[in-house]
Amino acid sequence: MPTPKILPCGDSALTVEFGSTIDPALNAMVLALDEIVRAHAPAGLIETVPTYRSLTIQFDPAATDYDALVRLLDQETKDLAPRHAVGRRWRVPVVYGGAYGSDLEEVAEIHGLTPNQVIEIHSSAIYRIYMIGFLPGFTYLGGLDKRIATSRRLHPRAKIPAGTIMIGGEQAGIAPMDMPSGWHNLGLTPVRPYAPERDPVFLFAAGDEIVFEPVDASRWEAMEKAVRAGEPVAEEIRP
Amino acid sequence: MIDLVVKSCGPMTALQDRGRFGYQGFGVSPSGAMDRRALAMANALVGNPPDTGAIEFVNLGGAFTCDGGDLRLAVAGAGAVASIDGTAVPPLTSFILREGQTLEVGHPRTGTFAYLAVAGGLAVEPQLGSLSFHLRSRLGGLKGASLQAGNRLPCRPEGQAGEPMELAADISEETGPLRVMLGPQDDYFTPDSIRLLLESEFTISPQADRMGFQLTGPKLEHAKGFNIVSDGIVDGHIQVPGSGQPIVLMRDRQTAGGYPKIATVISADLARFAQMRSGTKVRFRAVERDEAVAAARQLRDWIASLPTHLTPVRYALTTEHLLSRNLIGGTVDALSPVSHD
Repeated sequence: MPTPKILPCGDSALTVEFGSTIDPALNAMVLALDEIVRAHAPAGLIETVPTYRSLTIQFDPAATDYDALVRLLDQETKDLAPRHAVGRRWRVPVVYGGAYGSDLEEVAEIHGLTPNQVIEIHSSAIYRIYMIGFLPGFTYLGGLDKRIATSRRLHPRAKIPAGTIMIGGEQAGIAPMDMPSGWHNLGLTPVRPYAPERDPVFLFAAGDEIVFEPVDASRWEAMEKAVRAGEPVAEEIRP
Repeated sequence: MIDLVVKSCGPMTALQDRGRFGYQGFGVSPSGAMDRRALAMANALVGNPPDTGAIEFVNLGGAFTCDGGDLRLAVAGAGAVASIDGTAVPPLTSFILREGQTLEVGHPRTGTFAYLAVAGGLAVEPQLGSLSFHLRSRLGGLKGASLQAGNRLPCRPEGQAGEPMELAADISEETGPLRVMLGPQDDYFTPDSIRLLLESEFTISPQADRMGFQLTGPKLEHAKGFNIVSDGIVDGHIQVPGSGQPIVLMRDRQTAGGYPKIATVISADLARFAQMRSGTKVRFRAVERDEAVAAARQLRDWIASLPTHLTPVRYALTTEHLLSRNLIGGTVDALSPVSHD
C-alpha cells in the first residue's frame, strides 16, 4: 500500500488520505488509524472523522503541536495493520416490496430477476459500514452484490421515509430520517439508526456489519410499537 | 427558576454555543455560534465563560419578558442594540430586565448574527453535550427546535443580582482579504484557477446561510473532474462543485462531501466572514500555517482577555434603577441613558 498523504485542511484540521477510491482495504486502514489517534489523544485534539478512504483529524490550532502530530501520523501509518475485525454485527428486519419498497419490482426488471430473487440476493450479503455521514446516522454500506447494483434514479425523490432500505450504484443504505434520495427503495425497517431522545442515540458505528432479515408485513405493527417504546429492534448477533 | 419568555423573534432565532463535537463520525454537524467573538463578548458582559450557550439572532431581532424574577442580560454582535420598554441600552453594556418590562433586541445592523446572553447561562438540557441547534439533526435548541413566540427559557436565579458592566473592547474591523490556506484538494484545480481564487473579487450570493455561503465570481476550472469519493469537511472549506462557483462551508455544514476543496478559510477569519452579508465583495489571500496559527492564538488571547476590559456601567438605565440607588429624588422625570458623572 502506498504511503498515505497528509492534506492540510486550514489551521484546524488535516486529512490523512489512504487512497481515492472506495475499497474495503483502504477503509480498514482508515479505521485502524482512527483507533490509534483516539487512543493517543494528542494535546489539542477535538475529534476524528473517518470516511471511506481518509481520516480527517480536527484540532485546536492554538493548543496543538502540529509538527508533533504529523510525526505521530508518519510513524503510525508506516506499519499500520488494517482493522478488519469488527466488534459488532447487527440483524436488521426488513419488509420488502409493495408499499414498503416501491422500487423492488423495477430493480428486479432492470436485472432480469424476480422480486424474490432480488430480496434473496440483498438479504444474503454481509454489509460493512464504511462511514456514517450526509445525515446523522446515515450508514454508507459496502458489500452489495454486483448482480443487483443499480445506477441511481434519474429523478431523485424529495423525501423518502425514515427506515427506507435502499441501494444506489454499488452502495446500500438505511435512511435514518425522512430525507431526499436518488437511490432505489427496496424495503422498510422500523429500526432507527438515529434517535436523539434514545440511549444510545446512534445504534451503529463505522466498521460494524449489518445483515438484513426479510420479515412479513404482518409483523410491522408489533416491531414499530417496540421501536416507539425505545427498543433497538435491530439485534446484535455474533459473526 | 426564572423564565426568559419569547414574545416574538425571527424564524432562525435559536440557541448556540461553541458547537457539538465528538459526533461527526456519526454524521452530526458541529453547528455552533457563527460569530464566536460576539458570543464571547455577550457572555463576558454577564460574567459567563466565553462559549456559554446564548440566543443567536439571524438578520432579525426579537422581544422578550421575564417571569419569576429579574434577569441580567447582554447583547453583542453586528451592532445590534437592546432597548427596555422603548429606552435604548447603550451598546456593549449588560442590563437588568425586570418583571413586567419588555426587552427588544434590534436586528443585527452591520452583519447577520447577534447574541443575547443571560447571567449563569440558560438552564436548558444540552443534547449530545451542546445547546447548539442544528436543523437537520433535530438537535439542540429547545428540544431540537428553534425559538418561537411563547417559548420559555429557564434561567438560574443565582447571579442575576450582579452589577451591570460595560465592555471596553470591540471587534477590530479588519478590511483586508480573507486569509486562506490552500488545500486539501488544490491539486484538483488548474494553476490558473488557483491564481483566479487569489487574485479575483468574489461576491457573496443570496444563497448564504448557516450551512454555507455561495460565492459568485470567475469560474474555477477543475483539472481532474469535480467528483471525489466523499471525505471529511471542516468549517471554512471552500468547495467547488461542477459550476466552478465556490461555496464556503460554515457551521451547519455536512460532515463529509464529494466535491474538491480548493482552500480553507483560516479559523481566525471565519467569524468576520460570517458577518458579511449577501452582496459583499470578498478577496482571498493565501497564508502559511505559521500565520494562521498566530492569528488563532491572537483570537484565543483576545477572547480570554475580555473580562479584563469590563468596568461597572457608568449609565443609569431606568428611573426605577436610579430610585433604587437613591441617586435621584422621586419627582425627577429621569429618562435613560443618564450619565451621572
